[in-house]
Amino acid sequence: MNEPLCDIESEIRQAVGDAAAGKRPVWIRGGDSKQFFGRIASGAALETGAHRGVLEYEPSELVLTARCGTPLVEVETVLAGEGQMLAFEPPYFGPSATLGGTIACGLSGPRRAYAGAARDFVLGTRIINGKAEILSFGGQVMKNVAGYDISRLMVGALGTLGVILEVSLKVLPKPAAERTLIQECSDQDALASCNQWTAQALPISATCFYEDKLYLRLAGTEETLNQAQQRIGGEILDAGDSFWEDLREHRHPFLSAAGILWRLSVAPGSPILPLQGKWLLEWGGAQRWLRTDIPADEVRREAAAVGGHAQQFRGGDRQGDVFHPLAREVAAIHERLKIAFDPQHIFNPGRMYKTI
Amino acid sequence: MNPTTTPQGATPVDKPTLVKILRGVLGPDSVLYKQEELRVYECDGLSAYRELPLLVVLPETTTQVESVLRLCHEKGVPVVARGAGTGLSGGALPLANGVLLSLAKFNRILDVDPKNRCARVQPGVPNLAISEAAAPHGLYYAPDPSSQIACSIGGYVAENAGGVHCLKYGLTVHNLLSMEIITVDGRHLCIGAQGLDNPGYDLMALLTGSEGLLGVIVEVTVKLLPRPDCVRVLLAAFDCVEDAGNAVANIIAAGIIPAGLEMMDNPAIRAAEDFVHAGYPVDAAAILLCELDGSDSEVNHETTKVERILKASGASRVRTAKNDEERKRFWAGRKAAFPAMGRIAPDYYCMDGTIPRKHLAKVLRNISELSRQYGLPVANVFHAGDGNLHPLILYDANQSGQLQQAEQLGGKILELCVSVGGTITGEHGVGIEKINQMCVQFNEQELTQFHAVKSAFDPLGLLNPGKAIPTLRRCAEFGAMHVHGGKLPFPELERF
Repeated sequence: MNEPLCDIESEIRQAVGDAAAGKRPVWIRGGDSKQFFGRIASGAALETGAHRGVLEYEPSELVLTARCGTPLVEVETVLAGEGQMLAFEPPYFGPSATLGGTIACGLSGPRRAYAGAARDFVLGTRIINGKAEILSFGGQVMKNVAGYDISRLMVGALGTLGVILEVSLKVLPKPAAERTLIQECSDQDALASCNQWTAQALPISATCFYEDKLYLRLAGTEETLNQAQQRIGGEILDAGDSFWEDLREHRHPFLSAAGILWRLSVAPGSPILPLQGKWLLEWGGAQRWLRTDIPADEVRREAAAVGGHAQQFRGGDRQGDVFHPLAREVAAIHERLKIAFDPQHIFNPGRMYKTI
Repeated sequence: MNPTTTPQGATPVDKPTLVKILRGVLGPDSVLYKQEELRVYECDGLSAYRELPLLVVLPETTTQVESVLRLCHEKGVPVVARGAGTGLSGGALPLANGVLLSLAKFNRILDVDPKNRCARVQPGVPNLAISEAAAPHGLYYAPDPSSQIACSIGGYVAENAGGVHCLKYGLTVHNLLSMEIITVDGRHLCIGAQGLDNPGYDLMALLTGSEGLLGVIVEVTVKLLPRPDCVRVLLAAFDCVEDAGNAVANIIAAGIIPAGLEMMDNPAIRAAEDFVHAGYPVDAAAILLCELDGSDSEVNHETTKVERILKASGASRVRTAKNDEERKRFWAGRKAAFPAMGRIAPDYYCMDGTIPRKHLAKVLRNISELSRQYGLPVANVFHAGDGNLHPLILYDANQSGQLQQAEQLGGKILELCVSVGGTITGEHGVGIEKINQMCVQFNEQELTQFHAVKSAFDPLGLLNPGKAIPTLRRCAEFGAMHVHGGKLPFPELERF
């Protein structure tokens, strides 16, 4: 916590201090792989990509600590060397993706519904706040309830509360084996089946429904996979790994096409929503991708009606409401939190919502 | 921006007036103010700290909670929320000039939704009651503290409490979907969502474990998990604590995440065995309890692997519970470890530090050294899988000075945990108990950041003041502070 600052860290801190003094916004940039995500941010680029390196990794402690600019691929390679993984299966959206950007965006991949989200695995962070102070929260231990959980608050905050300098993550062993099954069915049957299986403790690690096909990934020992396949049924998809990787990286044609891509996050057991368009369902029904011409308000109304929210994940107007508008009182809390961390509004202003 | 009504010029309200106003809102039976009625609320599970509240209110509707908070806010009266009062850090310790807001009447399970695997509950519902309500659907609520029969879910969320299954199933923060809170000025906020994430900041993470400083929880939606098909427990005895610690690391390094992985040292083993006759080997230096769950084939596979690892790590004896009854008996000793201490010493003081597991042997050695220095025995119970240590300091409050000795020893143990890269509290919360050690774990700027977060919710500091986050002045008085970058901390503050 008190080690002398390395040069790059001092440079970042200096840049933040200067920006705060001059009340000049900065646009925090790691690998620049997720520029498409969120609203358009203004400000001069604050480069964090050079602040890189895995600082600590002890496989038997299940904890890894790395600097924000560490390429995600480096983190995953180091973990794979010990048979471990980031269980939230983060999307890269480009080879230059960094760990800091991954955590700031808070995105999780196909395994999310079964293993947890990015925020679930964050144990600690070291950040720079808007007063150019370097602060540490959380730590490298699994259980830590000293002080407010500011580390998790940073996850998905899109850099609007501070610059993430370091992250400590809980990591998990890779499953012994994985197998992808494919079944033909309707959307309604797919949702019903997924929810039924998840409630039965079957070893499912990912689901996807698209164009009358349900894709299921199982994880465990070979024997476990055999037993689960017997209960669930379906044919084995040989190129399973690349299917899930394409899905995660939005190389799947449905996700990579031009135009607005909506992401609806809803209660998994919600029925098929009455919104005309084309759908791809993931996370057992909890994450639903939609291509539609229906106006944004209507999409959001339907998502909210089933306890969820809708974000304009790709495309469309990036200066309007990209994320689901917040209730008035909740928005007010966001504005006060923004000031609590970034009183001069210098960090990625407007990237998430206009007022923060 | 002026988000709240500042009660500037609010005259200090006298007790009879406040009683009258609150009885007007809640009815005469839901406001307690006589000394004999207040007595039962004077402490929570940490009985070393006691204080009578100004008065106690027992609202039964959300609207009433809103009114109580709004009125107290207008009058500048502090409010402390309380669930079942089982907390171990004095988080629900009343204030002499404050209202104690009991959520005991919020005791209904509103909905169990098997399709979405969640349950909507009021904060006063006991933890175990949720699992019981979910059982007909083959589901349960995973976090399971020793106090799960009594502890209420609201307090559990406010403390981000854990239990013995955290390594695999997470803390409270990992097992929630949404909550409804009332802010200090009586506004109703819905945070989280019924899906797996919510728009905006992760306020669920911020509120979970905020110890009643940011808002009062009036409803929680928890995640439910399917009951695993198969559960098995192994009990391993070791002749030295270090070997037991290494066995834990070896199990995890082999790619196994046990549902529970608990360690007890010899004093804890003997006390528990005397109490519940769990069949523990009383001559062992340490025992490990390792619970595996999943499908039959997964559990069989892992049991073989774990048995082999335990033996290779130096276990003198490994037993696998033959049936459910024996499994429950193995656990009974661990779950009764705290009350078992009550039989061998008049009082015990439970600590809650977390350490990186690799430092276990060193930390246990230092704890026994401290134990000798202070002349008070210490027994250790350890959530070994996740590094959460519960040293139990045995003392006798009737012997002059022993309570103070126990507290000092406890403080030293927590500082030891911080010095090896750990934390002062893994699951019990800071409350009033560890407020001084917060000054060791966090520096001035970090504490200031916490206060700024508090102000975003409660600018006047009326919700549970004096708990969880120390003022900078308090840290200066405490004297043993975080030394940051070699500079003397808090240079601007007077020294006492």
